[in-house]
Amino acid sequence: MAVDANSGFITWVLYILQSYWPLFLRGAQVTLIISLSGTIIGFFIGVLIGIIRTIPVDHNTNLFKRIVLKIIDYILLCYIEVFRGTPMMVQAMVIFYGSAMVYGIRMPPIFAGVFIVSINTGAYMAEIVRGGIISIDKGQFEAAHAIGMTHAQTMISIVLPQAIRNILPALSNEFVINIKDTSVLNVIGVTELYFQSNSAAGNNFRYFEVFLITCTIYFIMTFTVTRILRYFETKLEGPSVYTIHGSQTVPEAEIKISKRE
Amino acid sequence: MERIIEINHLQKSFGEIEVLKDINFSVSKGEVVCIIGSSGSGKSTLLRCLNLLEIPSSGEVVYHGQNILEQNMSNAVYRAKMGMVFQQFNLFNNLNVLDNCVIGQVKVLKKNTASAKKTAMDYLELVGMSQFINAKPHQISGGQKQRVAIARALSMEPEALLFDEPTSALDPEMVGEVLKVMKNLAKSGLTMLIVTHEMAFARDVANRVVFMDSGVIVEDDVPDVVFNNPSNERTRTFLKRILEN
Repeated sequence: MAVDANSGFITWVLYILQSYWPLFLRGAQVTLIISLSGTIIGFFIGVLIGIIRTIPVDHNTNLFKRIVLKIIDYILLCYIEVFRGTPMMVQAMVIFYGSAMVYGIRMPPIFAGVFIVSINTGAYMAEIVRGGIISIDKGQFEAAHAIGMTHAQTMISIVLPQAIRNILPALSNEFVINIKDTSVLNVIGVTELYFQSNSAAGNNFRYFEVFLITCTIYFIMTFTVTRILRYFETKLEGPSVYTIHGSQTVPEAEIKISKRE
Repeated sequence: MERIIEINHLQKSFGEIEVLKDINFSVSKGEVVCIIGSSGSGKSTLLRCLNLLEIPSSGEVVYHGQNILEQNMSNAVYRAKMGMVFQQFNLFNNLNVLDNCVIGQVKVLKKNTASAKKTAMDYLELVGMSQFINAKPHQISGGQKQRVAIARALSMEPEALLFDEPTSALDPEMVGEVLKVMKNLAKSGLTMLIVTHEMAFARDVANRVVFMDSGVIVEDDVPDVVFNNPSNERTRTFLKRILEN
């Protein structure tokens, strides 16, 4: 396909797609890898911090444990505040160049990307998970404690399954944000979608055409991810199959029994 | 009779407010004790102190001769011995009826799943809920939830069962089914401590009735004496008010 300065918009778009599709594909791949692994790792960081920050302190807690918990809590709070309060682009610069200059660690850009997205997401997820844990009825904790379960057992078997179910929408939101926000990682040379688009555009100075394609690819990625996660959210609710008999709390007097697992 | 719990000079404050004042009280094996009194008299707080869901501000909770408020006993071990049934049922929402009764046995008593399931089934049978084992808590009625909650507490094979107003959150028509289960348990010789507003039930089932008012135990005697011949004026006023309604 031949193009020149006088070629039309459509011709240019088709030309760019034809010549640079491997670039876009590789970029989209890197974007997805970084945002997916960043979201997952960030989620686990968030859950861990959420559990630690909700450890109860009572009369049986000895002084040493109290102090340790207090210090850890303070450090975690600093982490959350700092990473939520600064732009990810700036964090990327500080961490990537800082680690190279101060410690002499030269991180591969993709690794640095995953690392930065993870700790950034972790800071947000920590608060989301904590909110999810707090939103669970106090009676659930009390009932678990009353049968002798420890804090960790209560969390893992009772509270987190309910809390995570409640924060799934926030988790998918975080994932979508990460797909878009990985574009800032081009500043440290991560070859994600924005970086690749920039190279493609730099070859022929067709910024509008190239970035329109980029835009579409980003949208396809985020839209697909949103739909997939929405599907899982509805799945987790459990399908209602048949009605058995009246309930005292639901005025419609319907009780739905879900299928046997 | 063997004493299970003994409370000495128990005191509990929430901030400035003193909810329990110098409570002395004990429960022996096989006793059914009903705690009555108006709202805010400290009945529920007393019960929650017994399970350490509230930590007493001062005093002793002695369990088989050992003060559990000292640091050498873990709360979890003690709590497993004291079953608790809540006003709001508090069934684990993410688990079905059977798993609600199994999880404590597996996680706390370290039983294997098969024997835990068997025990759970026995108690669910006892409370008449064995045909609902696969239902989730939001799918069953309040009375059914409370019966499952009782089975869950029994599955841990506790030494005593504490009931915190077990029928107060129920529709009137569902109170009967829960009380019937509790009556059968009382007959079986289980040690029970029941905070309740069901006077007829207390009179019928209890070996002892404790009347509380403003954080102190005013009356502690057999039902016949407390209901028919109370020694304190406050008890008489309370009973009169209740019976008039």
